[in-house]
Amino acid sequence: MASTPLLQVRNLTTQFGSGAGAFTAVNDITFDVNAGETVAIVGESGSGKSVTALSILRLVPTPPGHIVAGEVVFEGIDLLKLSDAEMRAVRGNRIAMIFQEPMTSLNPSLTIGLQIAEPVNLHKGMPWNMAYKKAKELLERVRMPDAQGRLNTNPHQFSGGMRQRIMIAMALACEPKLIIADEPTTALDVTVQAQILELLKELTHETGAALILITHDLGVVARYADRVCVMYGGKIVETADACDLYERPMHPYTRGLMASIPRLDQPAGVRLVPIIGQPPNLAQLPPGCAFNPRCSEAAERCRRDTPNLMKAGDGHSHACWMVPHG
Amino acid sequence: MGIHTLAGWYPMVDNIIEVEALKVHFPVRGGFLQREVGPVRAVDGVSFFVQEGETLGLVGESGCGKSTTGLAVLRMLPVTSGKITFEGIDITNFDQNEMRPIRRRMQMVYQDPFGSLDPRMSIGDIISEPLEIHRLHNNKADRRDRVTELLLMVGIRLDMIERYPHQLSGGQRQRVSIARALAVEPRLLICDEPVSALDVSIQAQVVNLFQELQEKLGLSTIFVAHDLAVVRHVSQRVAVMYLGTIVEIASRDELYASPKHPYTKALMAAIPVPNPVLEASRAHQTIDGEIPSAQRPPSGCRFHTRCIHVMPICSEIAPELRSEGNSSVACHLYS
Repeated sequence: MASTPLLQVRNLTTQFGSGAGAFTAVNDITFDVNAGETVAIVGESGSGKSVTALSILRLVPTPPGHIVAGEVVFEGIDLLKLSDAEMRAVRGNRIAMIFQEPMTSLNPSLTIGLQIAEPVNLHKGMPWNMAYKKAKELLERVRMPDAQGRLNTNPHQFSGGMRQRIMIAMALACEPKLIIADEPTTALDVTVQAQILELLKELTHETGAALILITHDLGVVARYADRVCVMYGGKIVETADACDLYERPMHPYTRGLMASIPRLDQPAGVRLVPIIGQPPNLAQLPPGCAFNPRCSEAAERCRRDTPNLMKAGDGHSHACWMVPHG
Repeated sequence: MGIHTLAGWYPMVDNIIEVEALKVHFPVRGGFLQREVGPVRAVDGVSFFVQEGETLGLVGESGCGKSTTGLAVLRMLPVTSGKITFEGIDITNFDQNEMRPIRRRMQMVYQDPFGSLDPRMSIGDIISEPLEIHRLHNNKADRRDRVTELLLMVGIRLDMIERYPHQLSGGQRQRVSIARALAVEPRLLICDEPVSALDVSIQAQVVNLFQELQEKLGLSTIFVAHDLAVVRHVSQRVAVMYLGTIVEIASRDELYASPKHPYTKALMAAIPVPNPVLEASRAHQTIDGEIPSAQRPPSGCRFHTRCIHVMPICSEIAPELRSEGNSSVACHLYS
């Protein structure tokens, strides 16, 4: 066993609402992120992948949401036990976040130079003039043309791709150990998506930062992730090394996803095999395994008992009663 | 030769629709006097045709003019110049009254199944409304039968007929949009990103539905989408657009097996394939920059500012679409 993981998420559970309308968005999930590695969390809308990210950073809007159980151990410290002030010293400093919508996560009335320099000034105590110099360097690192001239411009003057570069510069500002990117390229065109993801990969390699990449795109996962967690109905249903997962998907949901994506590496005439039914409503999850109403292999046990992740090989776990383990 | 449909008899033509040198420019006003400061050239000289029973995929990134082309073909946008021939009739200058009977035969499916269904109408009413508008079934019982038939065709349970759009999932709403479009037995369906708002597992259901309907009904379709992998599943021919022009148009197999235009190649390379082993061996060469403004498109070939094969001629002369084997390419490398 190598050194302890950078991030250990243990039995994390996040609920929204209260009383009859309450639902569990993230349900008892456990996973690790090692230093420098890229872990993808993949799932469809409502699978709990974004709430997982927000829970790690304690950014779940409270109320209605609250983390009800679990630990988020980062560099040996349980983030859930920190005071608000201590947590603020972690956010944007040791752990940075990149959101899907760069327009709504940048402040439209502040210059980008100020927005990039702010965390450096705040967390590292660097004087503003030095922090501005650092901001310029960061803009150069994300390949912003004319970085010096752009420091005094506002976010609306940039395209979506350029705004996402600004977000990456902000995320890198304090040299974080972990970056959480929530669908960072979903709003972008494919050629720009490729540029941004290549940039993110290059910079995380350079700085040795670990990356949690949250996405719905199994192609993006295949290109960039070392390990993958597949989420469904608020739970991780399968986790494995990326190559292993694509070669031997085990959980019926993972197999269903793989068969339902149109892909360029297959003959054109191939019919897609969709997963029947609809993604679950978190407020009305079926008893037992959340996937059972859509699963062709579901048996009585699946409708009664909820499976948890069970080991099924080297670094490969899945939560299915019907697929053999070990 | 002719064809009988609910809406009457129509002559058989080879090409359901022919579009020649279509231009759609939007005026932009600016400055103190709100003078016109030059148009946005959303679609700038596009030609294509769609044959009987064929699906043409129209792909490209945002701002390439693919949706505008779709709307212009339906004559829902004013055409700046060019010619649109539908079933042998020149409809370029038809007014709204003249278009009404034409629209019965060309229908549209939109991207957003939330915004395109009236939230205050039940599913049954949404699907029977076009039947009333086009006076196809004057009898209520007949309309009900037709709605039932359509719901079965798109795979919606009949007990949903009294429900409202907000009670349906995204995939179900998109099925309802398709049923509404098919209600009047159109010969041409224009679909604008019909599956891109859907989750992966649901997207596959709707893609398969499109394939089934094409086989069953022999529909001609213009399928507008940004996702090359989805387009490959539903189209017989594919046109790739960039900044208001078609840069390459070819049969599906030809385009995906041997893309010719540097932009088509770059698009293909940019799409990650869900296979880590294959991905590790693929070249991840990305093209630089972003799509330039359609208000001031680059001179010559519009892609020359981002092209890795750029030559001096590219910034001077705009290449024409030329046949090159089974495909047509607009690139100086092939002329």
